[in-house]
Amino acid sequence: MPDSGKIIEIEVLRYRPGQDAEPVLQTYQVPFTDDMSVLQGLQYIKDYIDGTVSFRWSCRMAICGSCGMMVNGKPELSCKTFLRDYHPGKVRVEALANLPIERDLVVSVGDFVKKLESVKPYIIPKEARSLDDGEYLQTPAQLAQYEQFSSCINCLLCYAACPQFGMNSSFTGPAALALLHRYNADSRDGGKAERMELVHSEEGVWSCTLVGYCSEVCPKGVDPARAINMNKTASAADYFLRFVLPKGAAK
Amino acid sequence: MTRLSYVRPMEGWWRRNPYYVRYMIMEATSVIVALYAIILLVGVWRLYQGQAAYEAWLAAQRQAWSVALHGFMLLAMIYHAYTWWKVLPKTLPLIHVGGKHVPGLLLSTTGWTATLVVSAAVYATVRWCGL
Repeated sequence: MPDSGKIIEIEVLRYRPGQDAEPVLQTYQVPFTDDMSVLQGLQYIKDYIDGTVSFRWSCRMAICGSCGMMVNGKPELSCKTFLRDYHPGKVRVEALANLPIERDLVVSVGDFVKKLESVKPYIIPKEARSLDDGEYLQTPAQLAQYEQFSSCINCLLCYAACPQFGMNSSFTGPAALALLHRYNADSRDGGKAERMELVHSEEGVWSCTLVGYCSEVCPKGVDPARAINMNKTASAADYFLRFVLPKGAAK
Repeated sequence: MTRLSYVRPMEGWWRRNPYYVRYMIMEATSVIVALYAIILLVGVWRLYQGQAAYEAWLAAQRQAWSVALHGFMLLAMIYHAYTWWKVLPKTLPLIHVGGKHVPGLLLSTTGWTATLVVSAAVYATVRWCGL
């Protein structure tokens, strides 16, 4: 148990389905030390104060992407957000914005997983190669075209930052579209034409209005706003090129 | 079994975060840019109608309320130019020069500098022509 003598007030947005008609804030007084994350504060609450508080977590080191939540109104990974930075003020934690709350700080991710599948997040080889042909070769310049977009950990902070997704949940959204671009931009991949159909659609890049907050909140330095908006250019180019090219660049 | 997940309302979303407020101001300034373009187009149309019409249009621009409106539109235009270059890198493919990534801030700074230089040149030209 932390014995620094310091206490911080943590407000948790509670929602117990079947019990609460709508979410309500519940306040806890939590003793803490300077090395404690917001996640550890919640774990303290669960272990010593109120075992009914629900939240997701796993790795505690900002790589699993499970513990995303709103911390004082901003989408954060609670494991890399520290209580000391809020003391002597209080910390308010809520489930990630724009996503349906299942219970307390746990949001539904099923819809996101479907969207992730829809972008075909895997390499569709340009040409069939046998093992005897050896590995696919790639230059550092080719790697640089997609590398940063491959750092996504699917934590959904960018969805919580996107008001367009909040107002229209059919929008494919920042992380899935950034991942779509990650594969389209890979020199080994040949699946661009298949993925461009989603890019062109209403649910694709055109639902984005370049608010840009997704890129600000990403804990892994991915720039989903750039992935989406450079694909608007690609989508527009495809649209106009079909009038010029014999078979068209898009369907 | 029915799931009772709770979807939070979006009303007033843009007031929840200063970032969204700045985004809304950025979007609103585009309307003012369009308004100013219309004012200029009206000027061209009045010029086409003849000297008297054009002089009347010029006189209208010199009214106190019009000068105040232009001052306000200038501020909006400056903010619009600032944000236009700020978000520009988001729309460009990743650029690498000599194997090094060109950061977005460098692209934005180039744009801001170009805007300042061109604006100063236009202003100097107008002053030099005695307009």
